[in-house]
Amino acid sequence: MTGPLQHPGYDEEKLRKIAELLPCREVQAELLLSLMGQPEHRSYPAIFIYGHRASGKSHTINMIMKELELPHVMVSCVECLSVALLFEQVLLSFFGADAAALLPRGPSLSDFVRIYRQQCSDSPAKQTRYIVSIMEKAEMLRDTDANLLPALLRLQELVEDNVSVILLSEIVWDKFRPNTGCFEPLLLHFSDYSKGELQQILSKDRHPSYSAEFYSSYINILLGVFYSVCRDLRELRHLAALNFSKFCEPLEEGKAKESDTHKLWRNIEPHLKKAMRTVYLREVSSLQWEKMQEMEEKEAGAVRGLSAHTHVELPYYSKFLLIAAYLASYNPARTDKRFFVKHHGKIKKTNFLKKNEKTSNHLLGPKPFPLDRMLAIFHSVVDSRVAPSASIFSQISSLVTLQLLNQASHDDQLDAPKYKCAVSMDFICAISRTVNFDIVKYLYDFL
Amino acid sequence: MSKRKAKETHVPVGECVAQLQKTLRERLCCGELPEKPEGVDAQHKHLLELLRRTALHGESNSVLLVGPRGAGKTMLLKSVLKELLKEKDVNKTLMQVHLNGLLQTDDKIALKEITRQLHLENVVGDKVFGSFAENLAFLLEALKKGDRSSSRPVLFLLDEFDLFVHHKNQTLLYNLFDVSQSAQAPIAVVGLTCRLDVLELLEKRVKSRFSHRQIHLLSGATFPDYVQRVQSKLWLPEQFPDQRFAHEWNNSVKALCEDKSVEDALQRHFNSSKDFRSLHVLLMLCLSRVTVAKPCIKPADVLEASRVCFADAKANMLHGLSILELCLIIAMKHLNDVYEGEPFNLQMVHNEFKKFLQRKSSTIYHFEPAVVMKAFEHLQQLELIRPLDSPGARTQREFQLMRLLLDTSQIMEALQKYPQCPTDVKQWAMSAFA
Repeated sequence: MTGPLQHPGYDEEKLRKIAELLPCREVQAELLLSLMGQPEHRSYPAIFIYGHRASGKSHTINMIMKELELPHVMVSCVECLSVALLFEQVLLSFFGADAAALLPRGPSLSDFVRIYRQQCSDSPAKQTRYIVSIMEKAEMLRDTDANLLPALLRLQELVEDNVSVILLSEIVWDKFRPNTGCFEPLLLHFSDYSKGELQQILSKDRHPSYSAEFYSSYINILLGVFYSVCRDLRELRHLAALNFSKFCEPLEEGKAKESDTHKLWRNIEPHLKKAMRTVYLREVSSLQWEKMQEMEEKEAGAVRGLSAHTHVELPYYSKFLLIAAYLASYNPARTDKRFFVKHHGKIKKTNFLKKNEKTSNHLLGPKPFPLDRMLAIFHSVVDSRVAPSASIFSQISSLVTLQLLNQASHDDQLDAPKYKCAVSMDFICAISRTVNFDIVKYLYDFL
Repeated sequence: MSKRKAKETHVPVGECVAQLQKTLRERLCCGELPEKPEGVDAQHKHLLELLRRTALHGESNSVLLVGPRGAGKTMLLKSVLKELLKEKDVNKTLMQVHLNGLLQTDDKIALKEITRQLHLENVVGDKVFGSFAENLAFLLEALKKGDRSSSRPVLFLLDEFDLFVHHKNQTLLYNLFDVSQSAQAPIAVVGLTCRLDVLELLEKRVKSRFSHRQIHLLSGATFPDYVQRVQSKLWLPEQFPDQRFAHEWNNSVKALCEDKSVEDALQRHFNSSKDFRSLHVLLMLCLSRVTVAKPCIKPADVLEASRVCFADAKANMLHGLSILELCLIIAMKHLNDVYEGEPFNLQMVHNEFKKFLQRKSSTIYHFEPAVVMKAFEHLQQLELIRPLDSPGARTQREFQLMRLLLDTSQIMEALQKYPQCPTDVKQWAMSAFA
């Protein structure tokens, strides 16, 4: 066999099976296997594998470990909230439940290493043991316990066993290195799938009732729309599964044949573009999307997505408070006189332009403002006289809890607290329309 | 081919290669001790003499081994211990306590570990798990009772010594050094650290009790030494089962080290770092390419391994980004150029990107703001951009200030390597002021 996977010490049949299970990852699997060496040989103490999401990192490792039946434990750092869970999993899968029970409550690394050594001397390893830890949330290994990562990397030396730690991550190794340094792992990169490879992999899960070329031309169209935005295999596969029924529609109705690529493309392309706006962003759930495809007369996308539900019912004064907050956040304080005082005289815009105010505030984001300024603007935009009662102030604090306002100053500052407005332009326009207030007229940026 | 035939008549090549892999992997991966440590003769002699005085004459000592990571501190200590234990009297009497700053993160754990390693648990009974003060008092009592002539010497080996410094009040260090200074049981405290300023971290009282004896392991190796080291790392020993295979292998290693292109690659490695560990990574990558079909290391293997070692991780990640994400990065680069490294937020980046789309009738069509935001967040997840202030729901996502963690040359290089990069995007990136 001239196949890529040939390693002494492993069953050839199994290797062939692995090669089939790992399309387009032959090079990486090959490199990994050759680094791991024969099962009874020493492996490198720590291997760090990085690559983009869904580039087959954990899949490759998983397949190799499972098919070759190597002693291993898969640990996900998201699941292991505390180091105790991690230790328990490792001991449990290497030495059985008895060993895991030996761990005291709140175990330290020292306890773990001691128990590991004890167990290890009772049952010495015939093969390399692998600890594979998947760092989806890499911060955990970095932040929780400063010693954990350096200790894991030196585990082979610490427990004096033939053990190898494999770390998988999306983030490059440079971000993990502790400031006093540590044992440097061997870095491996899983390169991203190219367009051709994506096409090849996605074409594999074709529908049995259609031909392979038909499905592959569908994938081609799908990649044509989504490839510039998304290269995540999982996401693409999900989208392909969702939209395939729509693609087949003209066939079933008898309007087109399988070879009418152009017609099929004309049918599906707007649909896919719509999908990018909706399903891709999880505006509409996959279930809703499927239902929408069934309802023919109703245009896809007519169902309101998540972000369409931004309309919030607020009390009258709360609306004005929010408007005042928005104006205070996005207008410079020196322009307040011009907007809200009746006889202000004529001021040219260029006169009060400071250099840093030239860039639009809608680009820089909201500025913090003191409570007094907001109340002053509030009283000038509300037509009627409003008494500064307790209810007004409680409405301000409830706007903060609704996260429509953010407190910019420290929490315990009671006098002159500062706030920031945290709503978007569209939202505030909708609010001001309900109270017949033309907010654009009062915004400095749109003068 | 004639060589190959000769081997097959002897021992099958497969077995030879397996044996070779086993031997060399043990040497490279788990730090199997070399017969004679290279280039550290003076330090070796110094430490051996010191420990021997403790072991045989009951002298109390303290010493620090200081050197950068991968300079062979543990190797030196282990080989000294091995030699020391060969002596008849020492083997019976000397007691060792191994502590590691990574594992024994506070004094209480360290104390338990000491009691355990001195086999005092049965004496203390269940008091091991009693209070810290009691335990310490007991241990000190046990050490104090001894004297130079009668009691057994104890060797305290503190790996990652700099981490012990951060323990509360440095109680453990104080007590160890105190015992080593006063006429009690003979102990030697050996600390291993990679920090050169470790003495500045010690408290005054601890510092005064330390003997200020430091052994520095600073590699003074020159390039010929380095090549020599490569050769000795790959050298097969005399005891190798198949003599002929070993001979051929050694010859091929020798030829490899004399090869010009290999020398250049090694020179690059030597220039970036002199330590053993990075060399091990390189050799390990080379070794993994030795198979039955090709039972020797070719210069091409070394070059390939060297390429893997020197690969820029961020450039690798940039290669896998989508066009949209790449465009955002270019927009960030322009913002950085124009506003001289001021932080930016999503709005500004999107604005910059929109300017590009308006100006050029580009091949990329307009993206929804939400799609752009998703791409932006992906960049943040990959830690190519970093939020300026602490995370929290305090600011809206599109106004959170960010910094780009790439430099211009990295971006430009990635752009050159990017597969099927649209020309207008490339030109946009080139133009100084967008």
